[in-house]
Amino acid sequence: MDLDKETVASVAKLCRIEIQEQDLTPMAQELSNILSWIEQLREVDVSSCEPLSSVVEAELKMRDDTVMDGDLAEDVVGNAPDSTNNYFLVPKVIE
Amino acid sequence: MGAKNSLAGLTVVEIRDGLRNGDFTVGELVDDHIHAAERAKNLNGYITETPDLAKDMASKSDDKISRQELGSLEGVPVAVKDLFCTKGIRTTAASKILDNFVPTYESRVTENLWGAGAVLMGKANMDEFAMGSSNITSAYGPAINPWKRESDGDDLAPGGSSGGSAALVSAGVVPVAIGTDTGGSIRQPAAFCGVVGVKPTYGRCSRWGTIAFASSLDQAGPITRSVHDAAIVLEAMSGHDRRDTTSVDRPVPQFEKFLSQSIKGLKVGIPKEYLSDSLPTEINKLWGDGGQWFKESGAELVDISLPHTKYALPSYYIVAPAEASSNLARYDGVKYGMRVSDKSLEQQYSKTRGSGFGPEVKRRIMIGTYVLSAGYYDAYYIHAQKVRRLILEDFNSAFKKVDIILTPTTPNESFGLRDKLDDPVAMYLNDIFTVPASMAGLPAISVPCGLSGTGLPLGLQLIGPAFEESRLFQFGEKLERAAEFSKQPSSYVG
Amino acid sequence: MVEVKNFVQGETGEWEVIIGLEVHAQVASQSKLFSGASAKFGGEPNSQVSLVDAGMPGMLPVINQYCVEQAVRTGLALGAEINLVSIFDRKNYFYPDLPQGYQISQYSDPIVGRGDLLVEVDSGYTRKIGITRLHLEQDAGKSMHDQHPNKTFVDLNRSGIALMEIVTEPDLRSAEEAGAFMAKLRAILRYVGTCDGNMEEGSMRCDANVSVRRPGEPYGTRCEIKNLNSIRFLMRAIDYESGRQVRLIEAGGSIDQETRLFNPDLGETKSMRSKEDSHDYRYFPDPDLLPLRLDSDWVAGLRERLPELPDAKAERFVKHYELTEYDAGVLTSETERATYFEEVAKGRDSKQVANWVIGELLGRLNREGISIERSKVGAAGFGKLLDLISQGVVSNSLAKKVLDEMFSTGEEAAVIVERKGFSQVSDEKQIEKYVQKVLDENLEKVEEFKNGKDKLLGFFVGQVMKLTGGKANPQMVNKILRDLLSK
Repeated sequence: MDLDKETVASVAKLCRIEIQEQDLTPMAQELSNILSWIEQLREVDVSSCEPLSSVVEAELKMRDDTVMDGDLAEDVVGNAPDSTNNYFLVPKVIE
Repeated sequence: MGAKNSLAGLTVVEIRDGLRNGDFTVGELVDDHIHAAERAKNLNGYITETPDLAKDMASKSDDKISRQELGSLEGVPVAVKDLFCTKGIRTTAASKILDNFVPTYESRVTENLWGAGAVLMGKANMDEFAMGSSNITSAYGPAINPWKRESDGDDLAPGGSSGGSAALVSAGVVPVAIGTDTGGSIRQPAAFCGVVGVKPTYGRCSRWGTIAFASSLDQAGPITRSVHDAAIVLEAMSGHDRRDTTSVDRPVPQFEKFLSQSIKGLKVGIPKEYLSDSLPTEINKLWGDGGQWFKESGAELVDISLPHTKYALPSYYIVAPAEASSNLARYDGVKYGMRVSDKSLEQQYSKTRGSGFGPEVKRRIMIGTYVLSAGYYDAYYIHAQKVRRLILEDFNSAFKKVDIILTPTTPNESFGLRDKLDDPVAMYLNDIFTVPASMAGLPAISVPCGLSGTGLPLGLQLIGPAFEESRLFQFGEKLERAAEFSKQPSSYVG
Repeated sequence: MVEVKNFVQGETGEWEVIIGLEVHAQVASQSKLFSGASAKFGGEPNSQVSLVDAGMPGMLPVINQYCVEQAVRTGLALGAEINLVSIFDRKNYFYPDLPQGYQISQYSDPIVGRGDLLVEVDSGYTRKIGITRLHLEQDAGKSMHDQHPNKTFVDLNRSGIALMEIVTEPDLRSAEEAGAFMAKLRAILRYVGTCDGNMEEGSMRCDANVSVRRPGEPYGTRCEIKNLNSIRFLMRAIDYESGRQVRLIEAGGSIDQETRLFNPDLGETKSMRSKEDSHDYRYFPDPDLLPLRLDSDWVAGLRERLPELPDAKAERFVKHYELTEYDAGVLTSETERATYFEEVAKGRDSKQVANWVIGELLGRLNREGISIERSKVGAAGFGKLLDLISQGVVSNSLAKKVLDEMFSTGEEAAVIVERKGFSQVSDEKQIEKYVQKVLDENLEKVEEFKNGKDKLLGFFVGQVMKLTGGKANPQMVNKILRDLLSK
């Protein structure tokens, strides 16, 4: 499985990670190596099995509909790099 | 390097007895451990030390003792991997991106520890976001293995990702450290540092308040200097938590009770697939010794087959990065942690995440994003989850025949901190023996059982059926007793 | 059901408009879908946010059972399949009001599958609209772009609130049908109480997928109009958008598949800046949540306890109260209306009650923009007014004036009648006096009447009523007039 530079750039964009132009090729090489190693999975015949998404064989436990959390706006924004009046601030998003 | 008459170096059992007998106070115990940490600074085992808090907790503990109110871990100094959120104490995940993040909440596992009387000494070093097998991915520089090769004095990897935790326990800085294990992150560093490490069954410990790496795999567990200590600590950490619906609502056994139980007539499975030509002969030999010791204790060895073992690691490297790519999306410079400001929000995201995450984390986010992306999801992610089911089924049929499975913990001894930097896949292969149990959610323990030719510790791994941690302790105690592993590392400060 | 063709005329011929809706309905729960923070509307910034909603490291979702129940009840009300196993997936994308970096939703395995909804369109026909699915998902927070010249403010109070996304098949053919569908869906949600249907507060909003085609041809390229928060806007947006597409194609252009926003001030839809990277949400099952498994007995219990739904109620009203289908439809379009009617109709002439509720009360409520449950005239008081009419205490026309009073003051009908002296005169002797007076004053007309000009009876009645300020009992006036004139 060979990834090209362009694919790496588009994946990087999808996960919002800046990668310098000169690093794209080495990154492509690295990821390609990992993916080729992973390719050995193709040998496994999985035609007769369902994917396993959790090893826990239990019911999904639910909670009652009661308000028991909140009222901690200061905690919520306390670690924020930029906030005012308990709002988070980010650069203006142009719609 | 050990200090005369220092209380550092005591085990949990010894501390428990000493405090009951009034041989020393928690205050004295904690002071000695603070000093031990000072002597072990070069190991870089802590990201954050909390001596003032430790003294404070110690005096409260002494008060409780004076009222005869002893918790199961009363006064026991504990280092906590910096992946557990601790209220009011900086929690970094060894990443720049979380720099100066101070949680306003306490993880369930650590809350359980403090409830049992344990004392927080500091936040242990680790691989960034628990991604790594050597500790080199820590943004705070790697922790260093207290062990050195006999031939040279090179700094060696403590393993990862819970490398700081294992190094601190190994060096006698603390009797207990808490780690997390996603694909081997407790067991591999425990083996590299010559200590005991337990990954419980998925669901045994709450994940609430533990920074997520791969949610379907992450489990907290203890690192200690004895199997007995591990049994005590795991019991205190465990339990159902309504805030984590993947934690399991079933009673936590008194693990200590199982230590002395005989294994006579029980069956130990030896999976042939773990044998490989590339396995160093000394590891092969140690594995054979382990089997022999069990036989001498009256157990029976049974050859078993886990045919999909070799596919565990590559499928893990789809599942874990996929989950991580999503779990780590929240580190975006908006709500907490680091921000590289930019006028454009998109640029700010990319720059923040581009410079906040280290190379290995970025690599895994990229892999995870790729395998989940349109057109590749079925081929990679779904395929890997199907392989995962086959791995689980392998174990299920094996446990119809045997009570426990014995394997080496790692395919090699510790390595130089500068080795293996270039080839991620070579690094991933460190977890080849630990990942199968992780993928199946099964409990496993690594017990130090011998030394390599170069004088470095080697561990053996026991894998049990789901929620049968008791068996790990029952068999682990026999392994520990037979192996008589007692050598201390050169950087021992206890 | 009659197949109604609903084509629009372009320059070059007829076009068919194809519409599918994605409706977001907020579950009427106290707390959020995966956290214990309040789901109330409003609130100080970030005050209704738990650490889970804020995407703090290590926080985990715990599902709200009530929300699951409401999704199932809604599915049952839509006659849809309930999936006993459903999966929560993560939809991954970056946005400041999405604190986890993903939205927990249901993608491959929703909780509710295929269903249908019968929609009565005002033009007088009914259409069956396919429901593709209903799934549970989290709402996002709110980004405010107008607070600061170069910063966006983010409030996470809405983040994590439970939404039901209801997706229709592309079965709607006009803005009118789409509007009728939304109204009917809203009525059902309010009937079963799973959503308050309050569109102003954003409890219910929808996205419309609109395309046009030549009749009989395959579907054209569709555009998605996002976030329409009133039925009126939905209808205007569809009309504008379908017109735009027809004009564009007729002028030789082609439609780009894109997301558009409706500007209510201009009455236009506008392309949203196309996202630089095409959406790749990387859905996968949320490893923090096990599959949701429902017990079939539990579902059956919910089905049994479901309240009577609008269609069934309307049918019963026609049968039991002998109403016209139209009246029954009007009275059952809101559950509060239907309850009001039934309360008033108890022991009274149901047709009279229907006429008064629809003709008089609803008219007044509509003019004032008040809902029936907030009306000052309660069902009991309204009933008493109707009783005054049937007992002959007050005439129909004066009763309307009484209702006006009741409507603004909330006073009892009898009190108003008494105070205003609206009581009907039913004393035969008194009425005879009035009649005699009128006849005495119009001797010529009496002569004409006697010579065969029957129509003059109405004139005499009018004069008597005028003389008595409308209070004379009209039946008695008639009778006495005939008696005296025939002498």
